Amino acid sequence: MRNNTIVLVLVILLSLFALYIVLPVPHPSWLERTGAAGQSDSPLGLKLGLDLQGGTQVLLEADLPEGQTPPEGTMDTAKIIVENRVNGLGVAEAVVQKQGESRIIVELPGVDNPDQAVETLRSTGQLEFVDPGGALLRQGMIINTTNHPTLAKDLKAEIDAGNAPPADIPYPDQVFQTVMTGEILRNAVATQDQFNQWQINFELTGQGSEQFYEYTRQHIGQPLAIVLDGRVLSAPTIQAAIRDSGVITGQFTREEAESLAVQMRYGALPVPLKVIDIRTIGASLGQDSVARSLQAGILGIVSVLLFMLLLYRLPGLLADVALVIYVILNLALFKLIPVTLTLAGIAGFILSVGMAVDANILIFERMKEELRSGRTVRLAVEAGFSRAWPAIRDGNLSTLISCAVLYWFGNTFGASVVKGFAVTLSIGVVLSMFTAVFITRTFMRAFLSGGGQKLLESRTLLNY
Amino acid sequence: MYAIVERRGLWFTISALFILPGIIFMIWSMATHGTPLPLSIDFTGGTLWEIRFSEPVAPADVRKIFVDAGFTDTAAFNVEDDRTVQVKLKSIDIETKTQLAEALTARFGPFEERLYRSIGPTMGSEVSRAALIAVVVASVLILIYIAGAFRQVSHPLRYGTCAVIALVHDVLVTISFIGVMNLIAGWEVDALFLTAILTVIGFSVNDTIVVFDRIRENLRRYRNERFATVTNRSLIETLQRSIATQVTVLLVLVAILVLGGASLRQFMATMMVGMISGTYSSIFNATALLVAWEEGSLLHKGNDTAPLADGRQVLA
Repeated sequence: MRNNTIVLVLVILLSLFALYIVLPVPHPSWLERTGAAGQSDSPLGLKLGLDLQGGTQVLLEADLPEGQTPPEGTMDTAKIIVENRVNGLGVAEAVVQKQGESRIIVELPGVDNPDQAVETLRSTGQLEFVDPGGALLRQGMIINTTNHPTLAKDLKAEIDAGNAPPADIPYPDQVFQTVMTGEILRNAVATQDQFNQWQINFELTGQGSEQFYEYTRQHIGQPLAIVLDGRVLSAPTIQAAIRDSGVITGQFTREEAESLAVQMRYGALPVPLKVIDIRTIGASLGQDSVARSLQAGILGIVSVLLFMLLLYRLPGLLADVALVIYVILNLALFKLIPVTLTLAGIAGFILSVGMAVDANILIFERMKEELRSGRTVRLAVEAGFSRAWPAIRDGNLSTLISCAVLYWFGNTFGASVVKGFAVTLSIGVVLSMFTAVFITRTFMRAFLSGGGQKLLESRTLLNY
Repeated sequence: MYAIVERRGLWFTISALFILPGIIFMIWSMATHGTPLPLSIDFTGGTLWEIRFSEPVAPADVRKIFVDAGFTDTAAFNVEDDRTVQVKLKSIDIETKTQLAEALTARFGPFEERLYRSIGPTMGSEVSRAALIAVVVASVLILIYIAGAFRQVSHPLRYGTCAVIALVHDVLVTISFIGVMNLIAGWEVDALFLTAILTVIGFSVNDTIVVFDRIRENLRRYRNERFATVTNRSLIETLQRSIATQVTVLLVLVAILVLGGASLRQFMATMMVGMISGTYSSIFNATALLVAWEEGSLLHKGNDTAPLADGRQVLA
């Protein structure tokens, strides 16, 4: 029984640690980084899905003739461009994901004008070569150009109004001269030079080469900014006059060089995108849902706790403690993974509380049977756990199979309601096997060795 | 000991009474609407728009704005209170939406967009196909899993098949419920309905497995009893658990149903019906079918040649 004492201490420590993660108190920085900090404005800092905090989800699809699939790599490029535009919109915590062969899913939490945002995502992007005119332009800065004369100004206003996160906008009122647009580019590829340094080789079209030659000839030794949709991608210095093809060098990593080449090649979207599914949830509806599910969750959990206590008395009380630990561990996992909670996801979680006690019910029913057939309490407890295990295992695995199919379905079709439900229910099923079997057994053993055997022999306390 | 499996004729009749309305509904719906189930825009494509105005408005007035704009198939009705109107129409693009929003503002003043969903028709039909695949794949995987888990008993495939028949039963009962609710309250099948169905499937099999697991164990212990007697014993031994588990799950479902808000109501009610059916079918259908299969007699109790627990035949 010494072993059990160690396990009991570990279980208690684990639960306290999980509770510490769940509670919205300040955590040390190494914990914050794992996700314990969570989302600041939601209950317990849990990460809320669009249907709970309000926002827009858009499913974009390559607009190609029936039966045609986009060439390889095209959707990756499109995704990068859409991502850049989402960042340009200044939406906090936006998500852009590729889905299947020809789709991109975009989630925009809490935008004021979702329709306009979606239009921006679909619009054709523009690559420009810009004359910095003596200003120090660095990668990531947002500037006005003669092609986009008010971009930085508008964004500055948004940031000042508190609607967008601060971005690098050092020259809100200056308009930089566009030398050429991306149309003059024929190709751009990332390569390595003889010293294994990454660089970008580019070729110009016949039409643009004369103009480019003229400009570079006159500006040798000066920087030239490469700008996509108003954002500076790179600002290399012109080393020589460039006519048909040139090289951009710099301290690039492989990823940087490839990403820059991709963006130069496809300043505009490589395929037109159309909206095939759009959903917007108003912020007030989301808040309403959060408040309601909180109430439902508390009522559901409390009624299950009472039910177990009434039905199984003393073991029921131990199962209740295990169930509370289950809820705490579950919430801690939601924060650490992190799980994005949707309305259906919360329903899945609350439902898993109802199902979590099933394993304990199976075990306790077994225990009662063994007691009725005349076994000692200690033997009945152990037999209850070991005999109920195969049914618990097989039963829960079948639920997990359903969850896997649900997850696949939800993931394939951007049905985040379905996916959220599958994720929370399956986490619940796995965790409930752990708490109901392992933790409850640890409690029972500790209780028995702590002199509780006499109590359990009383028929009233075990209700058999 | 109360004979459950031997009165299987009665249990099958009760099940048939609950399944039949669903089947009739599906045939009727197929004939009149061309789909066996009333599908929501998740599966057909279309637009759902929920708008809250600052003053109470009549849905008919809102509908008129849409009809005037050329959307004659628009349906509009109040939800939650008399200021909130839900509109359903065919799938529209963002430009059209902006124009309609301007028309609505011009007529009724500024409004709050509670919910907006527009999904293209091709996407919808793709989702329908995948939904069907999802249910079939889940059933087959579960069948394989059970057959594997019960490989020590004779005829393991029968256990899997009976569990799957029981889950199909639960799906059909749920469809009956949706059919009735469609006629009463216009409920439609959406992505959450699929979620409810697959959860019910998982739960139903979970329930069946607990009973089957007890049969598996008792077959070893009571080798000289009739198969029917062993299964009956197993059912009664697990009855308390089945009921207790059903009650806890119902407690939780009722909590979400009552407090969880309108968007979850249909989901939870569907799930509840399916869960109750799941418990019923694991006790009264899955096990009874297993006995019927072993005894070779669907409705009547086995004769003296009924097999023993270990599959041996009794000599007459």
